[in-house]
Amino acid sequence: MSDFCMPSLGADMEKGTVVEWLKKPGDRIAKGDVVAVVETQKGSFEVEVFEDGVLSEIVVAVGTEVPVGAVLARIDSGEVATVPASAPPQAVMPSMPAFKPAVVPPPRPAGERLRLSPAAARRAAELGVDPRGVVGSGQGGAITLADVEAAVAKTARAAGGKTRRGFDPAAMRQAIAGAMARSKREIPHYYLGLPIDMDRALKWLAAENARRDIENRLLVGVLLLKATALALKDVPELNGFWIDGEPRLSSAVHVGWAISLRGGGLMAPAIHDADGKTVDQLMAALRDLVVRARTARLRGSEMTDPTVTITSLGERGAERVYGVIYPPQLAIVGFGAVRPAPAVLDGAVAVRPTVYATVSGDHRASDGVSGSRLLVAIDSRLQAPEAL
Amino acid sequence: MSTAPRKTTYREAAREAIREAMLRDPRVFLMGEDVGRYGGCYAVSKGLLQEFGEERIRDTPLSESAFVGAGIGAALGGMRPIVEVMSVNFSLLALDQIVNNAATIPHMSGGQFAVPLVMRMPTGSGRQVAAQHSHSLEGWYAHIPGLKIVAPATLEDVRGMLWTALEDPNPVLIFEHVQLYNMEGELSPAAGPVPIAGAAIRRPGRDLSIITYGGSLPKCLAAAEALATDGIEAEVIDLRSLRPLDDATIMASVARTRRVLIVDEGWRSGGLSAEISARIVEQAFYELDAPPARLCGVEVPIPYPKHLEDASVPQAESIRLAARALVRPA
Repeated sequence: MSDFCMPSLGADMEKGTVVEWLKKPGDRIAKGDVVAVVETQKGSFEVEVFEDGVLSEIVVAVGTEVPVGAVLARIDSGEVATVPASAPPQAVMPSMPAFKPAVVPPPRPAGERLRLSPAAARRAAELGVDPRGVVGSGQGGAITLADVEAAVAKTARAAGGKTRRGFDPAAMRQAIAGAMARSKREIPHYYLGLPIDMDRALKWLAAENARRDIENRLLVGVLLLKATALALKDVPELNGFWIDGEPRLSSAVHVGWAISLRGGGLMAPAIHDADGKTVDQLMAALRDLVVRARTARLRGSEMTDPTVTITSLGERGAERVYGVIYPPQLAIVGFGAVRPAPAVLDGAVAVRPTVYATVSGDHRASDGVSGSRLLVAIDSRLQAPEAL
Repeated sequence: MSTAPRKTTYREAAREAIREAMLRDPRVFLMGEDVGRYGGCYAVSKGLLQEFGEERIRDTPLSESAFVGAGIGAALGGMRPIVEVMSVNFSLLALDQIVNNAATIPHMSGGQFAVPLVMRMPTGSGRQVAAQHSHSLEGWYAHIPGLKIVAPATLEDVRGMLWTALEDPNPVLIFEHVQLYNMEGELSPAAGPVPIAGAAIRRPGRDLSIITYGGSLPKCLAAAEALATDGIEAEVIDLRSLRPLDDATIMASVARTRRVLIVDEGWRSGGLSAEISARIVEQAFYELDAPPARLCGVEVPIPYPKHLEDASVPQAESIRLAARALVRPA
């Protein structure tokens, strides 16, 4: 018997809410099966198990918020327990049962003063929300704190398109704020940059795409991804985590790919073993990841596994980006837009398609010379696109 | 001696508290109208005259001003008097002693004299003893600096507050609600002194805070039980001390629930409920989702007929309806 616990889906996560059980007691489960959906400040994630067995007991009911590490369910693996029994999870906050006002108040006549409870007014100000238009459920149709929060959640769902589960942009902003403030507080960053000539890579890409169906075409981002993953095998000191005061390098390269969300906010879920995947596999993985990130269908492990992050601004936008490292990772690699730029070739100035690559490194774990070697390695990989 | 909790009543627990104080400290004595031979008009002191004798269980003439004044003098002289007044209504005859003497002597003497006087009095309605014996005037006394006002609403509190009050150098008034005397429950034989300061959360809840004390506590707990079947979780706060008030517990609860109902058998105008409501608005305005609500005694002299008496003060059902209206406005 072992415990299935609330996972930590990021450095900034303290607690989570089970919003759905996908397995029931008695179900057989295999390693990698998704058993539950957990909601955090960063949205909802599918959480998988890491062993085979039978789900014997669900400990935490849907809607209950518990701290990281709390036992969610018990798995009978057919072996003698090796995990010490934990204390039962302490509910942080039982979720409120939804209730509707018995009567929906009629729209307020123009000019009438807004009936807004003091607590709701303060929350609306904190969230930067205009309370006009929020339907009140309180006395005389007054808008309560819960009404404000429900309206914000509804707006976020609408903005997220097909997002089927809770996503709170204010909470995500808080989560990003926490992680980024921690990064800048704790991690002494160094920054390096290198313009990379993309002429050969783009020509190879154009030729490759010319013989492909539209749906199988490759994007330049996938070349940057593969080149970076391979370069990290050459410069392993930038791939891994800073834990307990020392670097823990990773032999696997799981690249976190930064994805901006339409409702606001940012995620960087993992593409596992990116160095070993073909460009076609990476392209498929990237497409899948973007869709799932934007519909809140990511898995918990995808949030915790990245050993490095890439932030790529795509075809429009700024020329260069110096990223903030996502703790406890050791580095973040940035790519600006690919654009024509003057370059010196054979002693003459020529206009070449150029991408400005950067690396932000954790100076506790590595020195600038490593970051410099990484950029040079990325450059040399991109000069041989056919080998990617 | 067995340590298993045993069945007892509020009345017996009050008597046990007096017995313990008499046994622990020879300076303690009980004084009041009919406390000796008759055993107290609510039978709290029954049997104590036989146990402790006339020196320490003293029947007094029918003059509240005289025997409360004598109690103050005894306290000044180093004794630890427990003065029982038959009903809070009768204590008005001793207002001068309580307000002008007991509450002010420590101040007027520049701190040279303490007044470790304890007064016990029944308060409240529900026994069909009509308008001159049934009022709830503890809120008045809670207005007076220099006094401490407590209202034990549980067996533990009525058993434990007396000794702590006797230890206090200030005059302490203990208000015992007449409907509580027959309340039955279990009490550990080891039950002893409890703090007289601070409120207690008698039932946790998330949807609203019901703030009450004394005889209204069991009604509020019954209302909370009924509300729970309706999906409304009420937090019930027993004030215990009416002066000083425990602002911290009140504000923390309001910050959790955002709605508050104050239940007070006393009259609404200028009452204790008004004071609590004002403090919440002053200190926790931005935590509120609705204006603080009050359920108080109807502003009439308490009627004699039972149905009218019942209708004149908050009951479990009216508390339930008021709480429901606050959480789920129609």
